[in-house]
Amino acid sequence: MKELMLGNAAIARGMYEAGCRVVSSYPGTPSTEITEEAVKFPEIYCEWAPNEKVAVETAFGASLAGVRSACAMKHVGLNVAADPVFTISYIGVHGGMVICVADDPGMHSSQNEQDSRHYAKAAKIPMLEPADSEEALRFTKLAFDLSEEYNTPVFMKMCTRIAHSQSVVETGERVERETIPYVKDTHNVMTPANAKVRHPIVEERTRKLIDWAETAPVNRVEMGGTEIGIITSSTSYQYVKEVFGDSVSVLKLGMVWPLPEKLIRDFADKVGTLYVVEELDPFIEEHCRQMGLTVVGKEKLPICDEFSQNMLAEKFGLPVAPSRKLDEVIPVRPPVMCSGCPHRGIFYTLMKQKCTVIGDIGCYTLGSAAPLSAMDINICMGASVSAEHGFNVALGQESQNKTVSVIGDSTFVHSGMTSLCNIAYNQSASTVIILDNSITGMTGHQQNPTTGYNIKGDPAGKIDLEALCRSMGIERVRVVDPYDLAQCDAVLKEELSVDEPSVIISRRPCVLLKSVKTAPALHVDKDKCRGCKACMKMGCPSISMKDGKAAVDPTLCVGCGVCQQLCHFDALCR
Amino acid sequence: MTKNIMIVGVGGQGTLLASKMLGRLLLNEGYDVKVSEVHGMSQRGGSVVTYVRFGDKVASPLIDKGQADFILSFEKLEAARWLSYLKEDGQIVLSDQEIDPMPVVTGAMSYPENLIEKMEATGAKVDAIPALQLAMEAGSVKAVNIVLMGRLSRYFPEIPEDSWMAALDAVVPPKFKEMNEKAFALGRAY
Repeated sequence: MKELMLGNAAIARGMYEAGCRVVSSYPGTPSTEITEEAVKFPEIYCEWAPNEKVAVETAFGASLAGVRSACAMKHVGLNVAADPVFTISYIGVHGGMVICVADDPGMHSSQNEQDSRHYAKAAKIPMLEPADSEEALRFTKLAFDLSEEYNTPVFMKMCTRIAHSQSVVETGERVERETIPYVKDTHNVMTPANAKVRHPIVEERTRKLIDWAETAPVNRVEMGGTEIGIITSSTSYQYVKEVFGDSVSVLKLGMVWPLPEKLIRDFADKVGTLYVVEELDPFIEEHCRQMGLTVVGKEKLPICDEFSQNMLAEKFGLPVAPSRKLDEVIPVRPPVMCSGCPHRGIFYTLMKQKCTVIGDIGCYTLGSAAPLSAMDINICMGASVSAEHGFNVALGQESQNKTVSVIGDSTFVHSGMTSLCNIAYNQSASTVIILDNSITGMTGHQQNPTTGYNIKGDPAGKIDLEALCRSMGIERVRVVDPYDLAQCDAVLKEELSVDEPSVIISRRPCVLLKSVKTAPALHVDKDKCRGCKACMKMGCPSISMKDGKAAVDPTLCVGCGVCQQLCHFDALCR
Repeated sequence: MTKNIMIVGVGGQGTLLASKMLGRLLLNEGYDVKVSEVHGMSQRGGSVVTYVRFGDKVASPLIDKGQADFILSFEKLEAARWLSYLKEDGQIVLSDQEIDPMPVVTGAMSYPENLIEKMEATGAKVDAIPALQLAMEAGSVKAVNIVLMGRLSRYFPEIPEDSWMAALDAVVPPKFKEMNEKAFALGRAY
C-alpha cells in the first residue's frame, strides 16, 4: 500500500516488517518518533530507557537472546551510548541489531552539530543512510539482514530533513522470525584475551563489507552529463537532483561506512571534475583523497549548517529564483516558556537572587532568554550538576552561596544522578534544583522513570526522587511549589546558606499535560494598574502593555497566578 | 513541474494538521509529495514552518527563497517573515490574526503596522481573511487551520471539493467532523 510517511515512521515500519521484537530508546529530537511509531505495533516490545547507554545495552541483550532488536537516539545520545557500542562491535550480534542515530545539521534542536559518521568508522560498524522515507523503510530491513549476515550491529543514520519529512512509501508485510536459540560462548566475555581474538575478525568483517559495498544496489551510479560527477548521500542527494537534474552524473551512496573503493574510482574515471556534496564534515571527501583522487569538496561547500537547493546552486554559480524582502524590521519569534509553565517561578527566583545558574538540557533552557536571563552555562545532558560541583570546589564559599544547578526530572535520571553521587560523596556544599514537571517536556511529552507510567501510558515503576537523593546521603532535600514565589525565595535562601549539599525539588506538572486542570484567565483591573511593569519581569507571553497598562491575553492565560504575586496593587484579578 | 506550498505560523496553531491534510489530499490526487516539518524546540510558541511540495517527482524536501507558489500563513507577521520565500508571481493566503512575539510583549519592539499593504507593495498577491472569526463561527478557535484549507482550495480548481472533504475527514476526529466541515466551507466561501 502507498502511504505518505514520516522518515522516522518509515524506520519504525521497517523494524516492524523486519520482524524486530525489542526497541529501547531515549527520546531526542530528531529521533523521537522512531520509537513513538514503533510502539504502535503490538508485535514490538518498546520502552523508554533512562538514557541512550542503557537503551543500547538493552537492545543488545535482546539481540544476544536471539531476537531482532533496535534502539534510536539523537547524535549527542550516541556519545552517551558510545561505550557499549564500541565493544558490541567486537562481540557481534545474535539476532540482528540496528542502532538508529539522527544528526541535526543546522541545529534545529541541538547543542552541537557533530557528524555521526565518524562513529561508524571509529567503532567499525557499517552505516546506512537513507535519502527519503522509502529508503528509510527499505534500508532498515536491509540493516537487519546485514547485521545477521556480517555479525555486526548496523547504524541507520538519519538527519533532521529525512527524519522529519514525509514522502511516499510502499509498505509490506511483517516477516516473523524464530528466536535464535541462545548458546553459551566464551567469546561473548570481552576480556582482553577474548577481545584480542575478536579484533582481527572485526577488521576482516570490514573488508568483506567493502566488497559488498562495491556492488550493493544501495550504492548506485546515475549517469548524466559527464563534465561534472558528484558523490553524495542523504538529503544532499535530493538537493543535487533538484539543482542539476540529469545534467551531471551522480554516485549516490546508501552506505556511508565502509566506503567502496573500486566503485568510487570507476565513477571518478568516467567524469571530468569530481565533487563530493555532503553536509557537515568532509567524511566521504577525505576517503576519496586518501585514495589519491582529485576531488572538490569543502573548499567549495560549507562545513557548518545544513544545505539547501539555493545554497548549492549559488556555490556552483547557477541562477536562483529572485526573491523579495520587506523594508521593515520583523521582530523575532523565538520559542518561549509557555503561559503557566512551572519553570517560570523558579527562574524568576534565581534571577531575583542573582544566582549563578548552571543549566541543563530541556524546556527550562529557555530560562536563559530575556527577560529572565537566569542561566549562565549549559552543556549537555546531566552536566549541570557535575559542573556546579567543579565550580564550587574551585571557588569555595564565594560560589557555594550563590550557585545552583537546574536539571529536569528526565535529565536527572538520564545522567544527573551520577553527578549528584559526586556531590554526595565529595561533599561540596552545592545546591541542586530538580525541576520535576512529571514528564519529558521538550521532546514532546514522553514518560520517564519518575512519572509512574511507561511508553504506552500504562502504570509502571516510579522512582521516588526524595528517597533517591536521601539514599545517596543528601540530608537536605526540600520540595517547593514553583507557583509559590515566597516559598521558592525562602527555601532557596536557606539552602544556599547552609554548608552542606542540598537538593530542592521544584514540583508541578507541565501545564500542557492533558491531566492538568488550568484555572480561568486573569484580567487586569485598569483602575488599580499603575503600569509599573512588575508583572512583566517574569516573561509570561500572556501579559503585555497596552496604553500604559498591563493587559492579559485571555486566549493564552491559564490562571497560574504567579503574576499576582508580583503585583503590588492587586491589579491582576481572578 | 513541482508546486510549492509553505505553511507558516506560531507553534501551537495547528499548522501540522494542515500539512497532514494537504499531504493526504495531494497523494490521493496521484502526485508525488514531500512534506517537511519542524519539531522540537520550535513548538514552544516559536515561529514554525512546514514545506509541502508536489508534482511528478519531488526531490528536495525543502522550499527555498523565491520558490513558494503559495504561502499559507496563520498569522500576519509570519507571512512577512517568510515573504522572501514567495515566488515572483506567488500568492499569500493569510489569516489576518496578530499574535505578539516576545520582543513586542516586553515592549522592546512594536508590532509592524500595515503589513498587508507593505507586502502588496512588493508585488505579492495577498488574500487576507478573518480566519479566527470564521473558525469561531464554525464552533472552535482551533479550526483556523481548516478555515485556511478551505480558502486555499479555491486556488486549485483542478481538485474537486469532494477530494478536499475526503482528506479533511481522514485527518480530523469523527466527533469534530461537522464543525471542521463547516470551517472549511466558511473559508472557501468567504
